[in-house]
Amino acid sequence: MSEADVIDIAFPENWHRRHLLDLESLSAGEIQILLDTAQKLKELTGGCRNKLSLLAGKTLANLFFENSTRTRNSFSLAAKRLGADTVEFSSGGSSVAKGETFVDTAKTIEAMGVDWVCTRHLTPGTPHLLARELRCSVINAGDGPHEHPTQGLLDMLTIRQHRGRLDGLTVALVGDISHSRTARSNIWGLSKLGAHVIICGPPTLVSPRWQELGFEVAHNLDAILHRCDVLNLLRIQFERQRARPFPSVHEYAALYAMTGARMRRAKDDILIMAPGPINRGVEITPEVADGPHSVILEQVTNGIAVRMAALWLLSGAQDALNSTTQVEPLHYV
Amino acid sequence: MSDLLIENGRLVDPSQGIDRPARLLIVGGVVAAIDPSDADIPEGCQRIDATGCIVAPGLVDLGVELREPGSEEDETIQSGSDAALAGGFTSILCTANTEPVIDSPGAVEFVRQKAARANGVRVHVIGCLSRQREGEQMAELGLLAEAGAVAFSDAPRPIANDALLKRSLDYCRMLNRVIFDIPEIPELAENGVMHEGQVSLTLGLRGLPTEAEDLAVARDVRLAEATAGRLHVGPVSTMGAVDMIRRVKSREIAVTASVCPHNLCLLDTELRSYDSRFKVHPPLRSVRHVEMLREAVADGTIDAIQSGHRPRSREKKMNDLDLAPFGAATLETTLSTVSKFMIDNGILTWSAAIDRLSTAPARIASIPGGTLAVGSLGDVVVIDPNATWRVDAAEFRSNCISSPLDGHELSSRVTHTIVGGVVRFQA
Repeated sequence: MSEADVIDIAFPENWHRRHLLDLESLSAGEIQILLDTAQKLKELTGGCRNKLSLLAGKTLANLFFENSTRTRNSFSLAAKRLGADTVEFSSGGSSVAKGETFVDTAKTIEAMGVDWVCTRHLTPGTPHLLARELRCSVINAGDGPHEHPTQGLLDMLTIRQHRGRLDGLTVALVGDISHSRTARSNIWGLSKLGAHVIICGPPTLVSPRWQELGFEVAHNLDAILHRCDVLNLLRIQFERQRARPFPSVHEYAALYAMTGARMRRAKDDILIMAPGPINRGVEITPEVADGPHSVILEQVTNGIAVRMAALWLLSGAQDALNSTTQVEPLHYV
Repeated sequence: MSDLLIENGRLVDPSQGIDRPARLLIVGGVVAAIDPSDADIPEGCQRIDATGCIVAPGLVDLGVELREPGSEEDETIQSGSDAALAGGFTSILCTANTEPVIDSPGAVEFVRQKAARANGVRVHVIGCLSRQREGEQMAELGLLAEAGAVAFSDAPRPIANDALLKRSLDYCRMLNRVIFDIPEIPELAENGVMHEGQVSLTLGLRGLPTEAEDLAVARDVRLAEATAGRLHVGPVSTMGAVDMIRRVKSREIAVTASVCPHNLCLLDTELRSYDSRFKVHPPLRSVRHVEMLREAVADGTIDAIQSGHRPRSREKKMNDLDLAPFGAATLETTLSTVSKFMIDNGILTWSAAIDRLSTAPARIASIPGGTLAVGSLGDVVVIDPNATWRVDAAEFRSNCISSPLDGHELSSRVTHTIVGGVVRFQA
């Protein structure tokens, strides 16, 4: 990898976002920019293995108020692949445990000179709150059941790599839609880029209001299986549910788990995805998770590419802002 | 106590069906005459020139959280009283959710003494309905009534125990006191932060479903019918609640209802900002509910508009939406909100608005006020209906500066608030 390759990445003129808070508020063009940039960075880093110096001297702070392994490490690696430093923060044993609000904690970390704050929190809207309070860029790494934009983007990137497009594909999101931030980011992102989204699960986990918003809702996986180009199997979020929304895990698996038998009734080239962590035997059986249609581990690799893209694009917008003499007020985007 | 003549104004008093230019004379703290002859005006009488203004009975609020004792960082009796006066209120009913709670005559006396010292608005006490507000055993309602409690409620907690509500409605018939209930089924509303609908769905925020309110209202009115007790439900916010209240009123059951001003003008879409100042209870609903609430206020199905003043300190409201408490400062914007969103667009006349804000609440709580009939309290609000102003919550007299209407341009402004013939607030 040479520095000459790096210079090939021109900063897109029509990218102006300072924060990445959700996919609902992004335009199709902005999502395309993120995906194209991720693809380019993946190629330039040789499948996300090599380092570039695009963001040398900058610092990413991971502010995780909720447990995470893969997302946190993915963001850290993405930053390091582009030459940035990282600061890790988790709420356990921190000043949050001593009563400090998360906004004050974030402000304190920001004051140490960070360029991006990547945050995960149990409550929807917390990244939006930080975006109003902080000067640096804010990246939402999951806010309760609201959105997880980089997860939505890496899912889309993976589909696009396999199918060459998103437009016209039928993608079913199966499982715990009510409590899934991945579902919401997928719903907005996929539909903006022309995919047909089917939201599938029991009525207690799939609100009929999605239909009011123009999306197809299904409660019978077997009835839609033959139409699907992609199945994204979402984890049952037992920890976020107030009351068990189905009679038993056994019954749920019988109705909604992707099994070998169901694979035989699906399209020959169906893609099987899962944002992880997967519950083997609940949403997906081992033969499917580890089978030839599964792209679950590719999703993980693409996660680093997408996060590199987000950091680079937000950094450019932030630099542009800092170079102006008149600083605009920090409104909610 | 000085005498007071308010002249050149437009007197609006729905209790007497008056809406015309008139002079109002207050002598010794009570209304002495409408359009007195010059000979009747005492020498040295203070005069207020109300040219271009509306002169109406002082506003009455059916439920204000004063937070003292125990949570003075949110509000004190003094700051709440000052805020009420600035909003044109002359009487407020304060809720019992203090620490300690108001479930004893001594606690009632504490509030009354503090209010007397504040020397502002008339503060009436709503006593706890249940001991310690625990929702199990009736509090000593008779002794609380003797001490001065004018109504009973566990607000803002709903009365979840059906048997307790039925027993209390029965018992209070002998005390001639009304019971206020916040209509909500706790199990259906658990952990909700906003109206359950399309907006909460996309924001991923836990919803407060309308049926949680609808079912509670249905239960409440059925128990009121069964006991012939006096029940007030509110604030209400749903079409289902309005529908139920409309139906029982046609059967002459003694149920009254109220609504908050922000529920008449703001939608759940405000929460797209994730700003905790829009986290109020009952929640901001969708447009269909708001339109029906407006109609219900106009046709009298909803009897009263109450401020819903639920002050919370800045540090509490600064939190994320799950942790930030419900609540907002609304005393100082209630009248102007009603003016802007209900009068300016022709939904309410000034006379009907004063009825919902003054006459009806006084009648519901069975307290003096809500009228300027000769011999009644000299509690008056003077309003400039042509004024416009932009809400700046930082300037509130309330300790709480969280307002869902912050930044909005509203119409009408209180120029004078007069309690017992004494000008207690002047803009």
